[in-house]
Amino acid sequence: MSDIKYILGLFDDPDEMMHGIDQLQKNNIGIYDVYTPMPIHGIENKLGVKRSRLPIVAFFCGITGTCTALSMIFYMMVHDWPMNIGGKPNFALPDFIPITFELTVLFCAFGMVGAFFYRTHLFPGRAPRVMELRATADRFVIAINANQIKDRDKIDSLLKDAGAIEIKHNDKKYVSYE
Amino acid sequence: MSSHHESILREPLITGKNITYSRITDEVLLPVENKPNRAWWIGFIVAAAGACLWLFAVSYTFWTGIGSWGLNKTVGWAWDITGFVWWVGIGHAGTLISAVLLLFRQNWRNSINRSAEAMTIFAVICAATYVVSHMGRPWLAYWPLPLPNQFGSLWVNFNSPLVWDVFAISTYFSVSLVFWYVGLLPDIATIRDRAVGSRRKIYSILSFGWTGSVKSWQRFEAVSLILAGVATPLVLSVHTIVSMDFATSVIPGWHTTIFPPYFVAGAIFSGFAMVQTLLLVTRKVLGLENYITMFHIESMNKIIVLTGSIVGVAYLTELFVAWYSGAEYEQYAFLNRVSGPYAWAYWIMMTCNVITPQLFWFKKIRTSIAISWILSIIVNIGMWFERFVIIVTSLHRDYLPSSWAMFYPTWVDISIFIGSIGVFFTLFLLFIRVLPSVAMAEVRLLVKSSSEQAKKKLIEEGKVKAHEAEFYVESLDKYDSVEQSDYVKV
Repeated sequence: MSDIKYILGLFDDPDEMMHGIDQLQKNNIGIYDVYTPMPIHGIENKLGVKRSRLPIVAFFCGITGTCTALSMIFYMMVHDWPMNIGGKPNFALPDFIPITFELTVLFCAFGMVGAFFYRTHLFPGRAPRVMELRATADRFVIAINANQIKDRDKIDSLLKDAGAIEIKHNDKKYVSYE
Repeated sequence: MSSHHESILREPLITGKNITYSRITDEVLLPVENKPNRAWWIGFIVAAAGACLWLFAVSYTFWTGIGSWGLNKTVGWAWDITGFVWWVGIGHAGTLISAVLLLFRQNWRNSINRSAEAMTIFAVICAATYVVSHMGRPWLAYWPLPLPNQFGSLWVNFNSPLVWDVFAISTYFSVSLVFWYVGLLPDIATIRDRAVGSRRKIYSILSFGWTGSVKSWQRFEAVSLILAGVATPLVLSVHTIVSMDFATSVIPGWHTTIFPPYFVAGAIFSGFAMVQTLLLVTRKVLGLENYITMFHIESMNKIIVLTGSIVGVAYLTELFVAWYSGAEYEQYAFLNRVSGPYAWAYWIMMTCNVITPQLFWFKKIRTSIAISWILSIIVNIGMWFERFVIIVTSLHRDYLPSSWAMFYPTWVDISIFIGSIGVFFTLFLLFIRVLPSVAMAEVRLLVKSSSEQAKKKLIEEGKVKAHEAEFYVESLDKYDSVEQSDYVKV
């Protein structure tokens, strides 16, 4: 009994899973995480997950791109090697806008996605930490850390009542490891 | 749950009975998890033969130089830039569908965005190969990059739209690739968790270790929204800048302020036409009729008729402004376009881009798969001719009548063009075999709100007004994947 690490409630319906979360929270049972095959709107508020700060990262990456582009072009066209092109001004700002815009977008996109991968620990070759293989296909999974729980039967019945179609007691955290 | 409520008046985005989350996964992954069928092999062999032709023709160009093309000293740009602009234009629909339609919360994008984005990436690859091959000395392809003067050239000239184009196309390609790949992660994880053995290892690496936890989905959605926000102006900027390659020059017929919006509309037009060409076949061959429904086809046809009309207005405006400008050279350039030796190309362009797409005003035509497919190919042809007309007819009769010339493509020109279509289809066919061609995670979102079965259930439970239900059932008439007889009893 004591070698059970995680209790998983598998639902085939997102609404029933949300109901399950409500039931668990009503009974003061902590939820380790929830794994779903699609984004569930409103679940962050329920679980108290803070708003993502990635948009702020994106903004600063974008601004960095703007500054990089403008200073690069200024250095090359005005400072380092000014060229006389028909006597026109070297600092031809309107001509620099397209590339400034492109680099703003480029830095914003790559900076934000890089931050997303870094914070979420996503990179090629990372061993997937999967608790339930069907959670990426058709099961909505609530994971509960069994170590903090005394009355496991109560959790089973709570999940069952909420509509869970299967309850798993996993003796290791991740099933994806061989 | 109330959050799933959607007006009964809206047409369903998923049809079919007993659509479940697992059925979506099974049906979308069918081509990925099984051996390809005969249709795929035939298509792949033909496409690969085209790609080989491309490889040969491009190698021949690199070996002998661009003298092997039909260019002369008057017409210095012809099929190469025509092909480049054509492919870049086609590459606009994918990011437009995934970004603009996401910002506008158009849920019908969910089932077509993946393949459209893939198409974008492959089209931009084809466009980029044209850029490299028309350089003449492709081993110096790094010269447009801002490298220090010691590398053999000066700093690049940032006043030149050709340099803007280098930045625009490469930014567009890399941001589209990132957007596409981030969206793919959850679906690759689905394949990974269903696979065994070495397939599992490969998809495990590709999935970056995606798990689908609450926090990762939250960040995923934030990233998608912001990428859509930055990609939207990016899409518009790319073809704007492509048009400036022409518009900032002093060639009559190119030096036009209408070019940026006109090129962007044309790009969306041709992009959607290519999406239509591909998806009408893909949905049939892969059996995706329930996910890519008549509603999607009709919506894309509506966009085609809208953008085709914008392009038509732009053609007429161009003619009017050329006449109204009073500039002799400008007037002659357009007179020559309409009635000169390339008038046949001009009128093919006019017919294919302006006249035949107007047939989409008729609902019967808009909802006919065969006619939609033929018309989408006609649009592709018309848009190729548009670029040919703009480029070649403006160049072939320049300021000096003694240097007037015609352009005749050589076998190399023709092979590179046909070959690039082969490259495109090879990449696309490989894509539908190894990656899910429909964004499964996003389609799952629609099951409880926008699917036919959810709406049917509402009607059966008597939760909607009778006349609204009647209107809804009537709107299902056009769907080829819905049996009207199911609704007789309800």
